[in-house]
Amino acid sequence: MLISYKLYIAEFESEVSLLKTNYRSRKSLGILPQKVWTIPVCYDSIFGVDLEEIAKEKNLPTSEVVRLHSEAIYKVYFIGFLPGFLYLGGLDKRLYIPRKTSPRQHIQKGAVGIGGEQTGIYPNASPGGWNIIGNSPLVFFNPKMEVPCFVSPGDNIHFVAVTHKAHQEISSQIKNGTYSMESEVRYG
Amino acid sequence: MVEILRAGLYDSIQDLGRYGYQHFGVPISGAMDHYSAKLANAILGNTDHAAVLEFTLLGPKLKFHIDTAICITGMVSKPQINGESIENGRYALVKKDDVLSFGKKKLGCRGYLAVMGGFQTEQVMGSRSFYGSITNQQRLRTGDVLQVSNMPVKRNRSNTILKTPRSHFESDKLHVFKSVDFELLNHYQRNVLFNNKFTISKDSNRMAYQLEETLENNLNSIITAPVLPGTIQLTPSGQLMLLMRDGQTTGGYPRILQLSEMAINRLSQKNPDEKIQFKIVIL
Repeated sequence: MLISYKLYIAEFESEVSLLKTNYRSRKSLGILPQKVWTIPVCYDSIFGVDLEEIAKEKNLPTSEVVRLHSEAIYKVYFIGFLPGFLYLGGLDKRLYIPRKTSPRQHIQKGAVGIGGEQTGIYPNASPGGWNIIGNSPLVFFNPKMEVPCFVSPGDNIHFVAVTHKAHQEISSQIKNGTYSMESEVRYG
Repeated sequence: MVEILRAGLYDSIQDLGRYGYQHFGVPISGAMDHYSAKLANAILGNTDHAAVLEFTLLGPKLKFHIDTAICITGMVSKPQINGESIENGRYALVKKDDVLSFGKKKLGCRGYLAVMGGFQTEQVMGSRSFYGSITNQQRLRTGDVLQVSNMPVKRNRSNTILKTPRSHFESDKLHVFKSVDFELLNHYQRNVLFNNKFTISKDSNRMAYQLEETLENNLNSIITAPVLPGTIQLTPSGQLMLLMRDGQTTGGYPRILQLSEMAINRLSQKNPDEKIQFKIVIL
């Protein structure tokens, strides 16, 4: 656990012991309702620039790579590295693939990739070394909102394959503010 | 208003950073050298957190469209108002249409320009610090116009001066604390860290400083964990990554050392090829 504090905190020792007491007295909250977010992803070759290569490497048809990736339910462990970047657990072992040996200078906003044993979504354009298999039109980080990420650690997500046309439609709905996020609540 | 007539090598607006959003993956950002930024604000009577203009190696050329007071700190690079030299660390009056320019760098790497009341650029998540995907701009461009506050100027302050000691730029000693993964290092590696000098690499920027020398190791990656500005990570290829103010919020390399706040400030004034050495602080 990381706790940041201001250098001029007055009573350091007593603050630390208070935190330790709180930590020791923590109780289980039982089973919390969990959100499962539906994340549309277009896996067309226009976005999934590394899909063919992964399919070849893994000796699977591309449709099978897409099926394995979009069938799983992923757990959001935390948000880190870059603003709005979700650390997801639950990638099918058959899709583990090392990062590219030399990273790309420009990866598109919304790119969905696989790096080692993890899958993730680039919330903004950035350099990166992951293998790119698709693109999601959703906005994963909006600095103008009080809560900049709609997904929270502990939530679950699953990817749903959509066509290029649907991807474009969702993009424009997001721009107009008419898109509504899909999620369901599960217990346990 | 202040107009950028000609942008410098890398200019941005910074305050002391964006706190409370790291759990969304948002870096803290802020002035690389807090010491110099605070000094400039203190001389003008601003709050610590007032936004300043940070410039790197080659400063910008600016025009003031307002009467105000300024102070320049950090990198020493012969600042001039309408061609007349002014001193670093001194309270200086500027008038409407005055032009501020900078000469060649003499000492340090990053300079700070504070204006009375601070720069009033957009505030996002409690901070005006520029950062790519958070603020509209990552760096200032020629032609940008910056709002400044309209505070009345105190005219009798021009004797106020605070000199930055040369050691701030010239000392090669950086104080460090053991970080959480320090114990993974063997005796040989600790000896190298604390007895050798290291050279600043060209791959050094607001996100991280890197060093030319490597430290051979066979440490495994750690489970991705929080990192801070000043965290020193050791990669499997032996590279030492000294995270700076725009550093990412989490990382998967062992965190072996943590720079003191003052060490981050001093490192921010170092240029490629300069030497540094680590001095451990035992708590």
